[in-house]
Amino acid sequence: MKRTLSVFFTLLVFASLLLTACGSPASEPPAAPAPTEAPTKSEEPAAPAATDAPAPAAPEVQTAVIGFTASLTGKLNVESTRQNNGFNLWMKQVNDTGGIKLADGSLVKFESKFYDDESNKDRVQELYTKLVTEDDANFLISPYSSGLADASAVIAEQYGKVMITTGAASDGTYKKGYTLVYQAYTPASRYLTGALDALANADPNAKNIAIIHENDKFSTDVAVALEAYATGKGYTIAMNEGYDTGTTDFAPIINKIPAGVDAIMGGGHFADGQQFAKSLFEKGVAAKYIALLVAPPEPTFVEIGDAAYGIVGPSQWEPLAAFTPTYGITGADFVAAYKAVYNEEPSYHAAGGYVAGLILQKAIEDAGSLETEKVKAALDAIDMTTFFGGIKFDTSAEAHGLQIGHEMVFVQWQKDSAGALIKQVVWPLGGKTADLVYPK
Amino acid sequence: MRKIWLNPGFWLVLAIVVALGAWPIFQQDAAARETGFTVLLAIVMASSLNIVMGYTGYVSFGHVVFYGIGGYIGMYFIDSLGLPLPVAVLFGGLSSALLAFLLGKAILRLRGAYFALATIGVNEAARTFVANFQPFGAATGIELQFSVYKAYGGALQALWLVYYGVVGIAIFSVIFSYYIKTSKFGLGLMTIREDEDAAEVIGIVTPNAKTWAYVLSAILPGMLGVLFFFKNGNVEPGDAFRLGFSIESLVMIMLGGQGTVLGPVLGALGYQRLRGTLLTSDLMIGSLPLKDFQLVISGFLMLLIILFIPSGLVGWLRQRFATLRRVLA
Amino acid sequence: MNFSNLLTSLVDGLLIGVVYGIAAMGLNLIWGVMRVINLAHGVIIALGMFGVYLFFSTLGLNPYLALLLVAVLGLLLGVLIYFIVIARVINAPYLSTLLATFSINMIILGLGTAAFTTTPRDSGFSLGNVDLGPLTLQGTRLVAALVTILVTGALYYFLYRTRPGKYIRAVANNRAAAELMGIPSDRILALSFGIGTMLAAIAGGLIATFFSFTILSGDIYQQKSFVIGVLGGLGNPLGALLGGLILGVLEGILPLAMPNTWVPVIEFLLFIIILLVKPSGLLGGRQ
Repeated sequence: MKRTLSVFFTLLVFASLLLTACGSPASEPPAAPAPTEAPTKSEEPAAPAATDAPAPAAPEVQTAVIGFTASLTGKLNVESTRQNNGFNLWMKQVNDTGGIKLADGSLVKFESKFYDDESNKDRVQELYTKLVTEDDANFLISPYSSGLADASAVIAEQYGKVMITTGAASDGTYKKGYTLVYQAYTPASRYLTGALDALANADPNAKNIAIIHENDKFSTDVAVALEAYATGKGYTIAMNEGYDTGTTDFAPIINKIPAGVDAIMGGGHFADGQQFAKSLFEKGVAAKYIALLVAPPEPTFVEIGDAAYGIVGPSQWEPLAAFTPTYGITGADFVAAYKAVYNEEPSYHAAGGYVAGLILQKAIEDAGSLETEKVKAALDAIDMTTFFGGIKFDTSAEAHGLQIGHEMVFVQWQKDSAGALIKQVVWPLGGKTADLVYPK
Repeated sequence: MRKIWLNPGFWLVLAIVVALGAWPIFQQDAAARETGFTVLLAIVMASSLNIVMGYTGYVSFGHVVFYGIGGYIGMYFIDSLGLPLPVAVLFGGLSSALLAFLLGKAILRLRGAYFALATIGVNEAARTFVANFQPFGAATGIELQFSVYKAYGGALQALWLVYYGVVGIAIFSVIFSYYIKTSKFGLGLMTIREDEDAAEVIGIVTPNAKTWAYVLSAILPGMLGVLFFFKNGNVEPGDAFRLGFSIESLVMIMLGGQGTVLGPVLGALGYQRLRGTLLTSDLMIGSLPLKDFQLVISGFLMLLIILFIPSGLVGWLRQRFATLRRVLA
Repeated sequence: MNFSNLLTSLVDGLLIGVVYGIAAMGLNLIWGVMRVINLAHGVIIALGMFGVYLFFSTLGLNPYLALLLVAVLGLLLGVLIYFIVIARVINAPYLSTLLATFSINMIILGLGTAAFTTTPRDSGFSLGNVDLGPLTLQGTRLVAALVTILVTGALYYFLYRTRPGKYIRAVANNRAAAELMGIPSDRILALSFGIGTMLAAIAGGLIATFFSFTILSGDIYQQKSFVIGVLGGLGNPLGALLGGLILGVLEGILPLAMPNTWVPVIEFLLFIIILLVKPSGLLGGRQ
């Protein structure tokens, strides 16, 4: 019975494959299709490198598998695709230069394996278990959002695999007692605190702020931390309210903003953040300073035209922010290499994907091994500056793996001499490319 | 009532579920266990929804509400009150049953599409309410410390334990489903499905029967929710009340054949394996990976089945081969 | 809460309500005529958004001209979907039509995600603002309200004053009887489904002139359309406009009295209560 059924479904799959193949020209592929995982290496079909096995004698080349899930469909598709692109770029560069040399003289090349998690939690653990046990992944990268990352972290811990998280910003993930999870990004609690510092620097008298955020885990974490930080600095929180995920009409909540508010902070993700900024502009809200999460650093944010002017946003990384790396390529080289492959300006998600690979590379080089214990020790000891900024992990038991070396940079959409909108880095002052336009 | 252990159809469906559940245990294979978990979860969701949808004829888009509420209550008990998992699972099931009882009293008066619409409303009301409800962590949800698994012998052991729980619930769910179908109560439900007014005339107290069907369909999802979110270590409103999950359960029932015991089991198995295979497939269509089109392909297959085999696989087999009717419950 | 604040909220509510109204109209028409809950409604709204966006941003077409094209394409798409899919399941139990339209939703959504990704788009189109005392109104929103009123008027005229419109109402009333009177019910049903789809596409196109959107954006309007349908009377396409206005005003005014995130809770509870108390809708449309 079961076999008949699987035959039945297999037939259906093939039938539909044919049909989809015929029908697919209708939809043009997106501009830059991500190169998918490298073809499975046929040289070593039987024994892909296992972590615990002693590395074979030189000069053998072994392949380390890095596994992750990405959201090819669903609401997190943009972030994931860019992150994927960045990661693939790193992998290509490492492999092209011959791989990483281990202590025993052998070389390691990388190969990635990823699945679509559809931006929802149902299959995350199933897919990560498959990555670890069937695809023999040596290292893991987290799914994009905090909720999904939490679910995958359970599997990573259980199988003793190091996992680098990108995009999983909520602090909570790192306070659950995991020991092998390392965060590449600045955590949620510090997403908007810098925006407040920038405001204080520009106008010490602006004390009245309104916080309006998406009512989900990440944005709420950011808002809670921001409110605590602001209250501690003597600010008045005129309002702190959420809006439902998927909101498109912001008029009702904008109408609630009390008169005399100096600054508006908050937001959530892409679509809502973009629309929120647009609605604020159209309703002529007279705040002097507006800082929103996630959306402003995106290149497509400019589609909303003049509504983008003056909006400040935190970014994990900006092409303009020139850090002098102590490890890895420079920002300019990354931008050039990324543009050459994908034909678009890299966003911070792309840089985040790249840096996830870079962190692993550094740790493997320092450890001289692929063994989890050694790589973990190397990760704990990392304190470096990359093109992405500082990288250093909390090693305390309470918040192990929390990113403490990396700081957000803040961008603002300004106008150049010709009146065209451009993104400028305005904070921290050390990395700024222009002064903050205030009041906007 | 007939003795169910004399019916080969009962043994067939039981054997399928037992075999599915036992396979990863014998293999001691974690990947098989995770796949098995997803499939068994779907089987329980589909089988329990089938009691309301297949037997009674009420289409509910709010089945995941019971899963979500059970999950939240259970996680709350584990996290805030420190209760052990089995107790939390039990309470998850009970609270879902209670919710179903109260809800059923209200919305089961509606018929047809009106009931279906109301269940969408219930789902959204529950999701938005929990996203505001502070004891459940509002939008942030509830997170478990990794150390919580220590009490169950570490994460590895805990995941196996959760799996045993799901296997047990899945086996129970098909026995339960079969038992209800062949009971006098079940016959009453099917009379309601065929003609509710007539059912009333022949003496079935339809409001009570419908409410009990609803309650019985809610218990197992409530228990499952606790297991699933415990395993994942956190719960958020968006995951707990995902409308798409209810719809997927409906689809599974349709694929297999509604109103049968075997149908939801085969539908869940087929649907989950198909999606799982598409998601992890390496095949390419031209220059694009097949994975990118899994939604399109699933939709397309579903459409084919609805258009050409509307009674589902089991229904179709039963119509086509009369001799199979005894075997395919 | 002062008066000008209340007025602003009220007007904002009415302006979004109009949009909700037209978004729900097609869903309501289809339900009224053929008892099909079209779960592909939302994704067709999203296609309407992309239609106007693409015509405008790549071909430089005026968005309102583009809207006309999108309307025609929407009509054709609807008729096509009807003949390929709906016609085969229209006499099946309503679950089949639900799932059939849901599979169409999955197919379009999958293709749309592959083609457009889920990056938010914005047409960047503007008609400037109109200042009226304490109110600042956007030109695009006012035009959207105007278009909605025109479309509603045209639909009313079509349904009540033209022969095909009368056929549609006859089929909605009693398909068997209509067939006996010589009305080609199949073609009439296809036309109704086409018009329903066209209304969804128009709604999407209008929304694209003032909101940012992604391929997933239709979902929220579909969900609200259910609420609106119940408020205005399921099956009554003209009641949809009123239902939309009620919902819009509620969404505009309620946040002044409570935390914003509680508004959807109230909204859905209200939806359930109305279903229970008066399933024919506040207007008392046909049941």
